[in-house]
Amino acid sequence: MHKTPLLDQLESGPYPSFVKDLKRLAAKKPQVNDLLGQLERSYKEKITHWKHGGIVGVLGYGSGIIGRYSDLPDEFPGLEHFHTMRINHPSGWFYTTQAIREVCDIWDQYGSGILNMHGATGDLVLLGTTTDNLEPCFQALAHKGWDIGGSGSAMRSPSCCVGPARCEWAMFDTLEACYECTQHFQFDLHRPSFPYKYKLKFSGCPNDCVAAVARADQSHIGVWRDDIKIDQSAVKAYDGGELKPRGGATPYAKLDVKADVVDLCPTGCMSWDGKTLKIDNKNCNHCMHCINMMPQALKPGSERGVTILMGSHAPILEGAQMSWVIVPFMEVEPPFDNIKELTERIIEWWAENGKNRERVGELILRLGMRTFLEAVGLPPVPQSVIRPRANPFFYWKQEDFDAEAAGKKYYTTK
Amino acid sequence: MALAKAELVEYLYKMVEAAQGKKQLKAMDLQKAVLKEHPDQDKNMIKMAIKELIDSGRCVYTYFGGSFIEIPHVEGAAKH
Ligand code: HEM
Ligand code: HEM
Ligand code: SF4
Ligand code: SF4
Repeated sequence: MHKTPLLDQLESGPYPSFVKDLKRLAAKKPQVNDLLGQLERSYKEKITHWKHGGIVGVLGYGSGIIGRYSDLPDEFPGLEHFHTMRINHPSGWFYTTQAIREVCDIWDQYGSGILNMHGATGDLVLLGTTTDNLEPCFQALAHKGWDIGGSGSAMRSPSCCVGPARCEWAMFDTLEACYECTQHFQFDLHRPSFPYKYKLKFSGCPNDCVAAVARADQSHIGVWRDDIKIDQSAVKAYDGGELKPRGGATPYAKLDVKADVVDLCPTGCMSWDGKTLKIDNKNCNHCMHCINMMPQALKPGSERGVTILMGSHAPILEGAQMSWVIVPFMEVEPPFDNIKELTERIIEWWAENGKNRERVGELILRLGMRTFLEAVGLPPVPQSVIRPRANPFFYWKQEDFDAEAAGKKYYTTK
Repeated sequence: MALAKAELVEYLYKMVEAAQGKKQLKAMDLQKAVLKEHPDQDKNMIKMAIKELIDSGRCVYTYFGGSFIEIPHVEGAAKH
């Protein structure tokens, strides 16, 4: 075993350490011993000893294998190749224990045994194998029903929250939508032909448990558009301390309906006089706060669909961006053809106009929301206005006048 | 005039071969170049022709800060 005095310190804290885990694995996997040795070396020298590969893969696929090589292969021969395989996760990350055992057995046979469940995109991440083992490992996994996930300039493995499988707030079937889109975009998932990555995520409600709004190029968030349902007697029970807030998931025994709910409503659209809770639903922005606090008293309405947002990403060409609403409400049902069609139109525009490594949100910033909406055939809506207009000049186009003369109505509040 | 599938595959291969070592081409670069010469070429056929090049192993996808299509070669990082 390599000596690892710096890494050993990580084992001394109160929390379980990856060092302990890797040492256990190193007893049967020499490459994991080398991994610890090289990491110790990096801690000491404060520099990485990994080189990024760009070519390795399995035949026919351009995605899902990420090449890694050590720049110290003589000292750490186990790391001469140490490639990563991304395996597409099932919707909502539901597995049978048998399925996970099978993945582990295959990875023990062909790889280092190091498994990360899950990477930021959602895939199972198998870390550390050689170029020669990629193809047989892929075949063994495929034989058990697994497929490789997305990487590079491709559709990434779509992901979703547990949705209706476990959660009462799910406004649409996130699991089915994720599965449908994963199947529909198989070509683009395996054969990178986009300007850069494209991530689809599905959250069943605005609690957004997959953090789509901060991470997905295209987010689908379940939402209702009618009124929040109120059970006034349950509100009183919360006020009187008979019901615990947040379904009991809090150290506080009693809810103060005014201070904890009404006063924290971001749009100030609620009122409570000690007897009746009122909500001005037109001004509710569906943040879920009140519902999360009093789940037995409040429920989302029954007209349900999704809000579609675009454009979030980590800093690459431009700084980080959050998502932007492009469709405030869309009714959806399996097989989610309207989501697939819209996604195809967006991708076509982006593939045609995007520069290398330009995410769709950056392209929208560069060419403008107006150009984007026109290209994909979506109407402009107030929800997609980021800030009031600062430019006093607006140039109508002849086709705008022609369309109006022919009876086109621009946005109305009806 | 649009190319037949087999001609299109060769056309794409020649383009990749000529660019090798000089410029890295993305799938969309190939498509745009074909459409410039043959505006009536079906886009889906271009996709399938690229698939054929990859599936036959004559070309591979590479990743260097973005995904490209190249002739297979031993990568720099793999060299000792
Ligand atoms: C200095 C060294 C490294 C840097 C700066 C780095 C940086 C990054 C960044 C920025 C991402 C993208 C994160 C995201 O999209 O949220 C990423 C992803 C990833 N990296 Fe690294 N990385 C390094 C070394 C490594 C090494 C040594 C390995 C494996 C041996 C590795 C495996 C991965 C994997 C598997 C992912 C994808 C995870 C996912 O799917 O979410 N990285 N890395
Ligand atoms: C019988 C065994 C187990 C049961 C019943 C169990 C149950 C749970 C439950 C109820 C949650 C909360 C889910 C939620 O937030 O809705 C959870 C979260 C979690 N569990 Fe387990 N668990 C078990 C074993 C394990 C093991 C063995 C590990 C790791 C090796 C693990 C790692 C986690 C992690 C990482 C989270 C997420 C924490 C977070 O997101 O904040 N669990 N588990
Ligand atoms: S996003 Fe909403 S529906 Fe999905 S798991 Fe979270 S709370 Fe439930
Ligand atoms: S969901 Fe949010 S915005 Fe709507 S009433 Fe409740 S706290 Fe206010």
